Amino acid sequence: MRFSAQLLALVTLLALLAAVPPLAELFQQPFYLELGRRIMIFAIAALSLNLILGYGGMISFGHAAYLGVGAYAVGVLAHYGITNGWLQWALAIGASAVVALAIGAVSIRTRGIYFIMITLAFSQMLYYLGISIEEFGGDDGMRLPKKSQFPGLLDLDNPVAFYYLVLAILIAFLYLGHRLVNSRFGMVIQAAKANEPRTRAIGFSPYPYRLAAFVISGAMCGLAGALLVNQTVFLTPEFMNWTRSGELMFMVILGGVSTTAGPVLGAAAMLLLEDVLSGATVHWQIILGPILILVVLFARRGLAGLLPEGRRGG
Amino acid sequence: MAEALLEVRGLCKAFGALRATDNVAFDVREGETHAIIGPNGAGKTTLIGQLAGNLRPDAGHIRFAGEDITALAAHKRSRKGLARSFQITSIYREFTALDNVALAVQAQAGHSFRFWRAAREERELRDPAQAYLEEVGLGPRAGAIAANMSHGEHRQLEIAIALASRPRLLLLDEPVAGMGADETQRMIRFLGTLKGKMTMILVEHDMDAVFTLADRISVLVYGRIIATGTPDETHANPEVRAAYLGEETAA
Repeated sequence: MRFSAQLLALVTLLALLAAVPPLAELFQQPFYLELGRRIMIFAIAALSLNLILGYGGMISFGHAAYLGVGAYAVGVLAHYGITNGWLQWALAIGASAVVALAIGAVSIRTRGIYFIMITLAFSQMLYYLGISIEEFGGDDGMRLPKKSQFPGLLDLDNPVAFYYLVLAILIAFLYLGHRLVNSRFGMVIQAAKANEPRTRAIGFSPYPYRLAAFVISGAMCGLAGALLVNQTVFLTPEFMNWTRSGELMFMVILGGVSTTAGPVLGAAAMLLLEDVLSGATVHWQIILGPILILVVLFARRGLAGLLPEGRRGG
Repeated sequence: MAEALLEVRGLCKAFGALRATDNVAFDVREGETHAIIGPNGAGKTTLIGQLAGNLRPDAGHIRFAGEDITALAAHKRSRKGLARSFQITSIYREFTALDNVALAVQAQAGHSFRFWRAAREERELRDPAQAYLEEVGLGPRAGAIAANMSHGEHRQLEIAIALASRPRLLLLDEPVAGMGADETQRMIRFLGTLKGKMTMILVEHDMDAVFTLADRISVLVYGRIIATGTPDETHANPEVRAAYLGEETAA
């Protein structure tokens, strides 16, 4: 309701994503199914990051950690022969929530650059932990022996079924995020970001609210990790590397911080650019870099900010 | 004599060699408007910071409604009924005026771990918030983004936010700072309507506001309270006149 043009852009984008499987089928281009699914999975991860980075002002530079924890939860269970999807995904969400609670409990006590550094440090610790565990392939990673199994309900080996599941989860999270941000809880999170002394003066202690937001965000990203490992069918500590955290931040910033549509736009723009540019040259990042700089300099609310802005609040 | 709502004893705060608050003691009685005045650098901001809970005193204690709150965090003091306005306007600039006040209403309405209902559609938050805006004269501006409002309106909004905390003690940090003459008069008149209904501490430079509103005045000079008394007593006190009031009011 807040940004009608944005809502339109978001619905259009989701409709386009929904149209990908039949089109890919029609043109015999299964690659675009893969790409669309990848975009949506990263959109979910970026969405979760936007919750704390955009609305909460907590610049987490270690968000890939939860992507990794979610992926490892699925991979490790599968490694020991437990392929039940409900169990795997529940563990992915639960484990990333617990990890987010631990990381958040420490890092939310700090602000600004210290917060960025501490979240980065924690995620790199997990990255090196992943590298050091030989049982799960160390830095070579390991194959996912079998995709998550949802017997009688859904077969992730069916690329189209998997695709629509990811789309459904993305839409559900967009809606959940929208409710969350506009709830009392969301108002406190935004208030604490906008003016912390005032927020304390009217009687709120921001810490528990920030921590709760951090945990919710981590859990959402954990599910994205579970989806990602089913997409790649391969598990590697690279999921948790800081470059991946940086990509997630870029997606949020490119798409538009604290907007509903932003993370989806950002993930789509970034991955499509990567796809197009990497086809043109192996040094595609040389082109991507300046584009990001231009966005940060000239479109401060990202791609979503380029759309006409509706009246806020009311 | 009414019982003291706020009791400050032996309060000290030093920044290095500077004794910004030096053994300060005073009482604020239930229902009174107690002004704190003093020249620039007298330590008013430091004192307010300690009363509101943003600064920890080095020594001394603060009792509020019979309870020692010296070590209590700012947000907990607010919940006990000690609300403040800020000298430099402190509002949520991106939010509407109504959002600003509704947040203060929300803060008093129990915990905010409510994740589903849209807060902007909750009448139990919006209706009282609208009422506080009406009270300070900002009713028609409820939907305006705070950043687009005038300085005078910001000062009014500050008061509305503080009132929305339903305080027992209202800590007003220079409520007419930077206001034009007309706006100042309007604000003084408005604060006059609160007088007696609410206990207030008024830290102010504007002598017109102080002498119109205050029941008692404490004069702070170099971190010390050199006198506490009625406006008449304060005006007549030679020590105060020498230290602070000077020739402008002696004339």
